[in-house]
Amino acid sequence: MSERQHIASMRVARAVGEPVEGLALVSTEGFSPRYDLDRWSGLITKPGHKLEGRSIVDRICFFPTAKGGIAAGWAFPDIVAKKLAPRALVFGVTNPVMVQGAAFAGITLTEGWEPDALALVRNDDLVRIDPAERLIHIYR
Amino acid sequence: MRLTALEQAMLAGEHGEAVAEAIAYQIRVGEFFDAEDFVPITNAHMMGDIEVMGDSGLAHLGCFRSKGARCRVPVTTNARCADFAHAARLGQDEEEIAKEKRLIAHLQAMNVVTTDTCINYQTVYQPHLGEHVAWGDTGTVIYANSVFGARTNFESGPAALAAGITGRTPRYGFHLERHRRGTFRVVVDTELDDLADWGALGKLAGEFRQNYYAVPVFEGLRRAPTSDELKHLGCALASYGSMAMFHIVGVTPEAPDLATAFGGTPPEPALRIGRAELDRVYAGYDVSDPGATLVVFSGPQLSLFELKALAERFAGQRVHPGCQVFVTTGRGPARDAEALGYLATLREAGVTILEGVCFYILQNLSEMRRRNGWHNLVSNSAKLVNIIGAHRFNTILRRTDECVAAALTGRVTGAQS
Repeated sequence: MSERQHIASMRVARAVGEPVEGLALVSTEGFSPRYDLDRWSGLITKPGHKLEGRSIVDRICFFPTAKGGIAAGWAFPDIVAKKLAPRALVFGVTNPVMVQGAAFAGITLTEGWEPDALALVRNDDLVRIDPAERLIHIYR
Repeated sequence: MRLTALEQAMLAGEHGEAVAEAIAYQIRVGEFFDAEDFVPITNAHMMGDIEVMGDSGLAHLGCFRSKGARCRVPVTTNARCADFAHAARLGQDEEEIAKEKRLIAHLQAMNVVTTDTCINYQTVYQPHLGEHVAWGDTGTVIYANSVFGARTNFESGPAALAAGITGRTPRYGFHLERHRRGTFRVVVDTELDDLADWGALGKLAGEFRQNYYAVPVFEGLRRAPTSDELKHLGCALASYGSMAMFHIVGVTPEAPDLATAFGGTPPEPALRIGRAELDRVYAGYDVSDPGATLVVFSGPQLSLFELKALAERFAGQRVHPGCQVFVTTGRGPARDAEALGYLATLREAGVTILEGVCFYILQNLSEMRRRNGWHNLVSNSAKLVNIIGAHRFNTILRRTDECVAAALTGRVTGAQS
């Protein structure tokens, strides 16, 4: 942390959960725990997904969109119990299922970003989320 | 959120610990979406199965049950992860199947009607125009909003259960008039001859604007669609676009004309879909390995009419050795199809019929794929070929006749125009 420099902050439109920090994992493709995730390993396994083969475990994951599917409501608490959950999910646009699942599981989740996170954040940047202030701070 | 006296009493624990927990959770979700208040609901439909819930979800249900949780409006359940009559043959885990049975017992003890169907809108309950419900899976939601003009958001398992326990849901999203208007216009300039065509249409429009609040307005359809066609369109839009509502001008109840569908002057068409666009969808799948070892008719469950049509196609035929064919349906259509002889015809052809499940939810599916050496999964469901990706099938969307041909020959062909 001490060797990293604060490079930018982003404002988010909505947030739920506790303050959290961790390393970024950035996707240009949307996400669903049903469509994309092996919920027994924490790996993205959908063939061709932009993050195929990457682990979401303990990461702060940036996704532009949420994919369809109702599974997140139960899947998020399940992967928390298995210690395979991300520390936070940061969406450009999400859907209610992701929010319901995150709120139920205690995973921090935000929606909407300014400026565009995908142009700003890189994999392995250190990210700190302050849901109450609706702010995300990025360190590199 | 603004709470009524009843809701304040619920939150204060005057209606029991389970109700207080449920409404507190709903408030957290409602505040995220800036919901001003709750809206009473008449019906909820929830997902709950051991494949997605895991041990933590089972424990949660047990805890809720022990606290006296009891649903106060009718609550039905979505498709589950095991047809107990076939679990052993499919190699599903005995321990997990036992948990699934405990899970069902918990739900029934909480006054949940375990219908085990993702086509409740065809077989169980049809809400009316303006009726507020709390439904999940996504296919049920988009059908309720679009075809019935009822009002619901995507409600995940815990959210729908909470809604059943409190009898209400936060008023945001598609409960509000302003989110129900069309946001982009799609001109359809082709016949849609097969359920797969309707799914392909949904894939194209869904991928075009992947956004929960995007509401496509379709025009130009050359005939009135059937319930099954709307089902496949809706499921594909929800799957590829995360969409919860669509309009078809002159067909769906909130779109008597273009202007009404958009709540004012309609925009210029954003998307035009003809035969060439549909053909490109079918041509986009990898058939370099033409082996058809798995053909699946599922996601959503088949209606009675789909079962009848499939039985007619398989009548007197035999599934190719080495190919496995699965059909999933709900208990209601299965009983009718049994009585009418459709299921016997399918079984005689070598087709396996699973009740109360959807294929992509099956417990132990990745292991099942490896054990059976399945690579290609051929289906006429655009939703299924999208949603099953994490299990690493090579999925191929084909029209129903082509799926049947693949099942009978053991080979999947390139796309037919």
